Amino acid sequence: MSTSVKAGPRQSPRPGPTRPIAPPRKPWRRRVEPYVYVFPTVLLMVVLMLVPIVMVIRYSLYDNVIMKKEPVLAGIANYTEILTDPDFWNAVKNTAFFTGTSVVAHLVLGMAFAMMLNTPLLGHVTKAIFRVLFILPWLFTVAIIAVLWRLLLNPNGVLNYLLQTGGLTDSKVEWLADPNLALYAVTFINIWSGYPFYMMSLLAGLQGIPRDLYEAATVDGASYWQRWWNVTVPQLRPIIVSIAMLDVIFTTQQFALIWMTTGGGPINVTEMLSTFTYKLAFNRYQFSLASASAVIIFVFSMVLAFFYVRYQKARD
Amino acid sequence: MEPKGARRVLLKIGVLAGLVVGAVFAGFPVFWMAASSFKANPEIFELPPRVVTPGFSFDAYTTIVTDPVKVRFFVNSYVVALSVTLLTLVVAVLAAYAFSRFEFPFKRPLNMVIVSVQAVPPITLLIPYFGLMVTLKLYNTYWALILTYMVFTLPYAIIMMTGYFNTLPRELDEAVKVDGAGSFTALWRILVPISVPGLVSVGIYTFMIAWNEYLFALTLTRTENMRTVPIGIQLLMGQHSYEWNEMMAMSILGCVPVLVLFLFFQRYFIGGMTAGSVKA
Repeated sequence: MSTSVKAGPRQSPRPGPTRPIAPPRKPWRRRVEPYVYVFPTVLLMVVLMLVPIVMVIRYSLYDNVIMKKEPVLAGIANYTEILTDPDFWNAVKNTAFFTGTSVVAHLVLGMAFAMMLNTPLLGHVTKAIFRVLFILPWLFTVAIIAVLWRLLLNPNGVLNYLLQTGGLTDSKVEWLADPNLALYAVTFINIWSGYPFYMMSLLAGLQGIPRDLYEAATVDGASYWQRWWNVTVPQLRPIIVSIAMLDVIFTTQQFALIWMTTGGGPINVTEMLSTFTYKLAFNRYQFSLASASAVIIFVFSMVLAFFYVRYQKARD
Repeated sequence: MEPKGARRVLLKIGVLAGLVVGAVFAGFPVFWMAASSFKANPEIFELPPRVVTPGFSFDAYTTIVTDPVKVRFFVNSYVVALSVTLLTLVVAVLAAYAFSRFEFPFKRPLNMVIVSVQAVPPITLLIPYFGLMVTLKLYNTYWALILTYMVFTLPYAIIMMTGYFNTLPRELDEAVKVDGAGSFTALWRILVPISVPGLVSVGIYTFMIAWNEYLFALTLTRTENMRTVPIGIQLLMGQHSYEWNEMMAMSILGCVPVLVLFLFFQRYFIGGMTAGSVKA
């Protein structure tokens, strides 16, 4: 071992005369060093990620956790109760609609805005001004977005006034309180707040597409839309797939926006998996059932994350 | 390949029209929020709606900045968000250094864990956190929020900083170490100073997450003096009646730090936010 230490590249071959000679590093130190650097991260992840996940899985297998001193082992009873609860499936359905519609609309709007902002027809200053305007929804926290849209969508609010003046509606529409409209309304708000992320990602992608690809396509006689479909879309596909996957992961977990606009109501037409679970735990104190629901959401998210990580690896 | 003449003019008008429609869609709600913050509360829903009303004043803002309870919301938000940013940067830089410059067993699995942890739903952690924070005697303290937010900001920060360090040549830090300095000196004196752009991007991202968080702030704090701005805005709803002008004024004040970060660091801001999808 000692020979390998001497031959190690870390030893300074000719230390300066004024500098005290550093003792040769012991190999164990080099081996331990990286663990010292990752220690704070690992500690935090164990205490606030691993332990809570184990806790919530444990809660989900017991009855009366937290509320009673001596919980009883319940096996999978909590899971069967959740999975046979029509309210749970209603939340699944709403979450699927909310997420699916948001992701598609985000992609369409993000792509349209990014392409308009990337046009060679307009000057840089014009495009920069529009870019700032288009980014605006991104700069607001969900709490602000919620109160802002409650103001706009109020039955006496400015949106109804504009629609009535334009002859599009003849009564005061209760956007967030009408059971037939509330889900569409919250989905719309989410679309408004989420597209800038797509727009900026796609804009960065568009600017990275080599111009000669377009020139080659033009020489081949491709029209604008043919070039878009055969050059732009394939070039952007990695970005599109990545943002869409991230968006699915985060939109299925959306809580604050729903909580502050409709609270899951009216009745339960905007109940999402997150609000359903939150209410089970903190309104009805059914912590065991809520834990089972939380574990189901967790497993679903991990499956999505698995595909996301695999896709990112394939890109490298 | 560029279109010419009349066709070009038509196209230009079409694109401009599209941009204007998009700008109204994106900007009008924000504009209306700002306009409403200067109205008197009874004027908020007057018909027909006007942008500037006779009651135009800064009263809503004055009410908020002179109310110690509401000022406290802002103080709490700044304390929490700045602490999270600082601590996340320190912890992430250390971990990223290990990932970038060292080979060690468990490196790959640890990296995988850090990547996938980002997808853990907050609602899953919420139920155990409630009990955990009570056990750790952190419930209703700054630390409950700071540590919780770090769980969500750290993975992204580590991934970003590892990527950033990987772009810097190893010879830089090796040169210092040849002179007998330890690896920490190499990190602190060489890598960190030249990584400032990366740190700014990650810092902005982290600050935004912490400044905007709602679910844990709602559940892990209880008393009014520990509430943050997002909760404070919600508390203005239906407390006694809806003070719409104050809610809008508070919202405007609540987005000031984000707006400032955006205006001054636009490139870093966008870079930090889109790096997850656009391959760095």
